[in-house]
Formats: sequence, structure tokens, C-alpha cells
Amino acid sequence: MAVVVPAPGTAAGTGVQQGPPDTLVTPMSTFGGRFTRFHGPWRHPWGLEAFTWLYLMWSIVPIGIAVLFSFNPGKSQSSFQGLSLRWYLHDTGSVLRDAALHGAVVQTLKLALFTTIITIPLGVAFAIGITRWRSRTSNGFNFMMIFSFVVPELLLAVALYFVFDQLFTFVHFGTDAETAALVVWNLSWPAIIVRARLSSIGKVYEEAAADLGASRFSAMWRVLMPFLLPAIFASTVLTFASVIDDFVLVEQLSGPGSQTMSVLIYSQAHGGNNGPALNALATLMLAFSLVVAVIGYFAYRFMTRGERGSRTQAVTTIAGM
Amino acid sequence: VAQLATPAVRRGSPPSLRARSRARAERDRLDSWRPRWLWAALAVPGGLWLILLFVIPFYVVLAVAAGTLDPIFQSPIPVWNPAFWSWSNFAQLWHELVGRDAFLLPPFLRTVAYTAIASVLSLAIAYPVAYFVTRYAGRRKSLFLILLISPFWVSYMMRMLAWIDLLQLNGYVNKVLEFFHVVSSSNPVSWLGGKASTVILGLVYGYIPYLIIVLYAGLDRIDGRLLEAARDLGLSRWRTFWRVTVPLSRQTILAGMFITVLPMFGDYFTNQLLSGTPSTTMFGNVIEGQLGVANLEGEGAAAAVLLLVLLLLPMVYYVHSTAKASRENA
Repeated sequence: MAVVVPAPGTAAGTGVQQGPPDTLVTPMSTFGGRFTRFHGPWRHPWGLEAFTWLYLMWSIVPIGIAVLFSFNPGKSQSSFQGLSLRWYLHDTGSVLRDAALHGAVVQTLKLALFTTIITIPLGVAFAIGITRWRSRTSNGFNFMMIFSFVVPELLLAVALYFVFDQLFTFVHFGTDAETAALVVWNLSWPAIIVRARLSSIGKVYEEAAADLGASRFSAMWRVLMPFLLPAIFASTVLTFASVIDDFVLVEQLSGPGSQTMSVLIYSQAHGGNNGPALNALATLMLAFSLVVAVIGYFAYRFMTRGERGSRTQAVTTIAGM
Repeated sequence: VAQLATPAVRRGSPPSLRARSRARAERDRLDSWRPRWLWAALAVPGGLWLILLFVIPFYVVLAVAAGTLDPIFQSPIPVWNPAFWSWSNFAQLWHELVGRDAFLLPPFLRTVAYTAIASVLSLAIAYPVAYFVTRYAGRRKSLFLILLISPFWVSYMMRMLAWIDLLQLNGYVNKVLEFFHVVSSSNPVSWLGGKASTVILGLVYGYIPYLIIVLYAGLDRIDGRLLEAARDLGLSRWRTFWRVTVPLSRQTILAGMFITVLPMFGDYFTNQLLSGTPSTTMFGNVIEGQLGVANLEGEGAAAAVLLLVLLLLPMVYYVHSTAKASRENA
């Protein structure tokens, strides 16, 4: 006798209906737990849920405390004295007034903007190209792209340091070199995300456009592009946010006066000289990323409205999954 | 176009119609899909960028590592022709790794040990969490996902800064321990003074969000009906987990391990921020410390080549399996 009880999370019936028609479906409760060692077979695993919440607290609470300390009026990063915007706005030592802190914010946003502007068109075209163009070369490109995704960032930074130092000496350390490097490092975001979207769309719409007389170019521009828009948008968000957070490439290829927020935090955090000003800087970084993520999420939901797919799918796409 | 046309044609249409339709399909293909080079033209700029700034740079590293030093300035001179490569930098590196005064061996072994402990610990934490969210979160799945992904949007530096705040001598960690009388307030634990456990904790904290994302994506693809079938056939929860879920997620676990192990090997900042003492120096610090110091750069390049060679096998495996999966999906 088979007992089929749909799991609470799954759509009832997906597994059940495929059983033979004479299968007897009996709820587990009739056994009263007497004939089986376990009680409800789909009982909620409270231990696992508690573990998950513990993990979430461990991962989020420290960040919350760091944000809180950026509003600390005193210089301490270990005892909390009240709420103030002193480290954001005050005349001395605040993010707004201190030249180094202020410059780091500007430099970070500049790099994020430059990199995104180059990466997205390059990466989207690259994704369409390597998906549709079947050849040995495009396979090679695909390999290179995935390789650039998994290579440790330090090794890429070392390689680019030497190439700008020895071979492409016309690219100066600082913003130029950093932008060129960040484009390499982030090219895989649009490439992977747009390619995934392309393969889920399939070729049918393009073929329909071709049957109706569209050229390859206009089929791409007027049929494919609107379909790809959510993926392009998601990768823009990811690229922008990942440049804001980038550290290794930016530090290794930095030139005079091109300190970003993460490099500044790295160089001063251990000594703890700047006090909560660093927390304020980090909080601003967090705010930039979060604003980008939230805008990205809602815009993605808006663009994919009317499609099958859920909130979870939007969340995972915006996170680059 | 051809795919759409053929079935109707095969089903016994008159030959004249078949010929005409084939001719039209052929004409369509040639006429309307005029720029045949379009796909190639789209792929080439990105490909060139990668060749110029990803493939060539690694050749340059090799050329510098196998190059010589300027006799006056002691700056590295790359040797472009493999026929003239010198192995002196590699020999020196080898000497420092296994020779009599092998001062590079401890950092190297330490890196392997830290990475191994941190990645196993990450897996032990991440797997149950990802498993819970995929199987049991139900309607709250998006909430859990947003919470899981949120650290991904917080910069690495800020997450380390948060722990630096907490782990200071008079920070909250010591305060909590003092409250429970684990340590005395007169003799607080110096967490940031070069403790291996702090560095490992930092590595776990830093890279676990990536692992969870990979594990979630993989576990989510497992067909829930298989697990239901296992339970229906009388397997207990544990045995279902060990005999169905774990074997089905083997590939995912492997991919997740790559995603955490590869960056941990190249990590130098976690250790620098949370310890900053020679007792916890990792191989990444060795490489990073040799950049920008003229007479050490050649050896730094050799160390980078060594690390690359060591990590090449897992990387090639990962790239190969990913490329295969993407080709199957396309």
C-alpha cells in the first residue's frame, strides 16, 4: 500500500496524479504513529529552521552593529553612546568634509560608472555572439569567459599589474588600468546571465521574425532585445554593485590619488585611527549597493511581469544565480 | 525556418509544392538573413578584450617569471621568447619552499590548512541552511532568500570591518564572554593579535554567502518527487537525505567547494585585516608583498605561476563542466 501525501511546499498533485489509479491514498494520521517509527513524515524540521535563523543572525547582526556605530557620536567603535550624523556631515573628519573619504566615494562611483558603461554593451553582444555563432572560436571565447570567472582575483591582478607595467605601458595605473581590469573581471556577469536568458527564450521568436521577413539584424534588435532587457538590466545592477565592492584589482592597479572606498577601509581598518568615519563610509557603500539591488529587483519584476516565474526567481536573478 | 517547413512537406504534399517551398526557404535563408557575420561580429569585441587583458597578461607573468633582472636597477626584464627562458626565479622559489632556509613553506602549508578547514566548516554550515530553504521554507522562501543573499550585497571590506569592531579588546565579543565569566575583564582575549581561529572565521564569514548561493541553486534543481518516492518506499528522513539528496547534490557540492576554495587560495586581505602578523601569513600575502618591490617582482611572478599551476586542475574541471552544461542548455 502506497501512502502519498503531498509535501506542504510542493504543488499538490504534481506527484500524486502520476501514480496508478488504484493506488490507495491514505493520510498518514490513520496509522496513529503506532506502526511507524516516525510521526508525521513531512513534519517541519524545527532544528534545521533554528539553525538557519542562527546562521542568518550570525551573518547579518555584525553588519547591523557596524552600521549602528557609524551613527555613534564618539570616537569609539566598541561602546555605543547615542545617535548622530557627526561622521557623515560634521566639519572635521566626516565623509562629507574629509578630502580622502570624500574622494574615495567619488572615485568608487566613477569607476563603477565607467566599468558598467563599457562592460554591459560588450558583454551583452558577447553573450549573443557566443550563443548563436557556432564555431571553434566561439567555444574558445566561452572557455576564456568562464575561466575569467573562476580565476582567483589576486592572480588576475598580478597578471594585469605586469601587463600594464611591462607591455601595455600606455595604460596608466589608476583609473585607466582599474577600469580596463574591472571590465575583464565583470564581463562574465552579462555574458552568463544574458546567455541563460537566451537559452530559455529559444530560437522560435527569431525564426518567426525571419519567416515574416526580418533581417538577422532587425530580428535581433526588434525581437530579441526586448526579451533580453530584464537580463541586461539584472547584469547592469550586478556589475555596478560588484565594482562598488571590488577590492583586489582596484588596490593592485591603483595609481596616485585613486583610492576607492574599499581600499581606504582596508588601509585604515586595522589601526582604527579614523574611528566611526570608516563605518560611515562602509555604510554609504552598503547603501549604494542596497539601493541598486532594490531598484534592480523591482525593475526586474516590472520587466518580467506577465511571465511565468516568481518572486524567488527575480531575487535569484538579481543575485546572479 | 527549415525545421518549420519540413514536417508539412514530408507528409505527402505534391512535389511541385515541395520544390517551391524548399526553394523559398532557401531564398529566405539567403536573402533575409543577410549579415551572416553578425553573430561573429558581436562576439569578437568581447573576445578581443579577453585575449588582450586576460590571456596575454598571463603570458606576461610567465615571461616575467622566466625573465631576468636588470643588473643595475634590479627591475625585472621579461623574456618573451620561450627559447631563452631562464629558470632562476623558479629555482629560487623552489629553494625557499623546500630548501634549508625554507621560509615560504610555513605560509604555504598554512594556506592549505586554513583553506581546508574553512571550506569544510563553510560546507557544514551552508549545506543545512541551503537545504532548509529549498525544501522547507515554503511560502517564506523569498524572505529567506533575500536574507541569505543580503551579505552578497555588503562589501567584503565592510563585513571584515564589522568583525574588527566586534573583536577588539573592549569589543562586544569580549564583553559577552566577560558577562558569562568565560574570560576575566582584566585579561581580555586578543582576537585580532594573530589568532589562526580568527583568520579561519574571517574566511568562512567572507566566502560562505557564495557557497550558499551555489548550493541553493543546485539543491533547488533536485526533483522533489524523488524524495517523496524515497519516503513513500519507507526510507527514514536521514536515509532519504543520505541516499538520495546527497548523491544527487554531489556535483553541486563540488562546484560550491571550487567557488570557495579558489578565492581563499588567493586571499591576502582577510588575514591582513584580522591578524596582520607573520604568524598567520598566507601564500597570497607572499605574492602580494612582492609586487611593487623591484628586485622581488620576478620571484613574485614565479609564485603567481606556481599558484596558478596548482589551481589549474580544479579550474579546468570547473570550466569544462560549466561549458558542457551551458552547451547542453543552449
